[in-house]
Amino acid sequence: MALQYKPTRMELSNLKKRRTVAVRGHKMMKDKRDELVRRFITYARRNQKLRQETEAKLQKAMQSFVLARAMMSSDEIEEALLYPARSISLDQSIQNVLSIPVPKLSLDRSQDEFVYPYGFATTGADLDTAVQALAEILPLMLELAEVEKATSRLADEIEKTRRRVNALEYVMIPQFDEAIHDIQMKLEENERGNTSRLMKTKEMLAKEAE
Amino acid sequence: MANGKCAVIGDRDSILLFQAVGIEVYPETDGERANQIMHRLARTGYAVIYVTETLYPLCGETIAEFASEPYPAIIPIPDALGSKGTGMKTLKANVEKAVGVDILNNS
Repeated sequence: MALQYKPTRMELSNLKKRRTVAVRGHKMMKDKRDELVRRFITYARRNQKLRQETEAKLQKAMQSFVLARAMMSSDEIEEALLYPARSISLDQSIQNVLSIPVPKLSLDRSQDEFVYPYGFATTGADLDTAVQALAEILPLMLELAEVEKATSRLADEIEKTRRRVNALEYVMIPQFDEAIHDIQMKLEENERGNTSRLMKTKEMLAKEAE
Repeated sequence: MANGKCAVIGDRDSILLFQAVGIEVYPETDGERANQIMHRLARTGYAVIYVTETLYPLCGETIAEFASEPYPAIIPIPDALGSKGTGMKTLKANVEKAVGVDILNNS
């Protein structure tokens, strides 16, 4: 769809201004997109590594837990785990990556010391292994959460930015170019019409004077 | 710095262990109800919600709703039966959306 405009000088100068803005915006959007992609790749690689590591370790912990369940009765397990020694506490804040808010998490450092939530009388060693392993993975899991969220937010933003870049490059700017060209042509045409009218008038005046 | 909370949703066998380290546990196997729980948790300011891979695809509604907010982070984790690769799939989808091709395999 072409732009609606009147062929006047005023409109022409307005369009030219808007085109300049569009071109500058396009350049900035493009730079933003490139930088986003660069950072995204770093995040994505880290995400991949973290996920592989976390999944492997988590599965090990869960296997120990399955063994523990086999050794103990369900009631005993529930009793041992039902009441946690402490509840987890996170430091939660927001980090800015190119004005995209992404989460930043860390474990509350005052709680580094790990405590088993149960006595050792009724529980087996497998349960200890599982709980210990999980406690060790915890920081890793938080980092994974942080990085994974950042990755998906960046991916969304890159897609949006790319759409804007394309809209400017292939729709807005060509439309402006076309409109500016049209107006210039029309103005020139008017100018020529004017000149030929003047020549004609001059001719007629000259004839009258004879 | 706000104090964040952390929760796990999944089947009882897989997630009971998380209780031992102080993460709140919400045993659920039904997708619809898991979705509701997740939505409630997300609304009440949980920072991280881990969900087992089995339930993750069933909670798409809530995940999509909170995708554009910095919190909560909804993260799939493998359950007691092992990993089905849902997490990796999500990552791959993100990479493809952003870059156009999957660049992680050949690195």
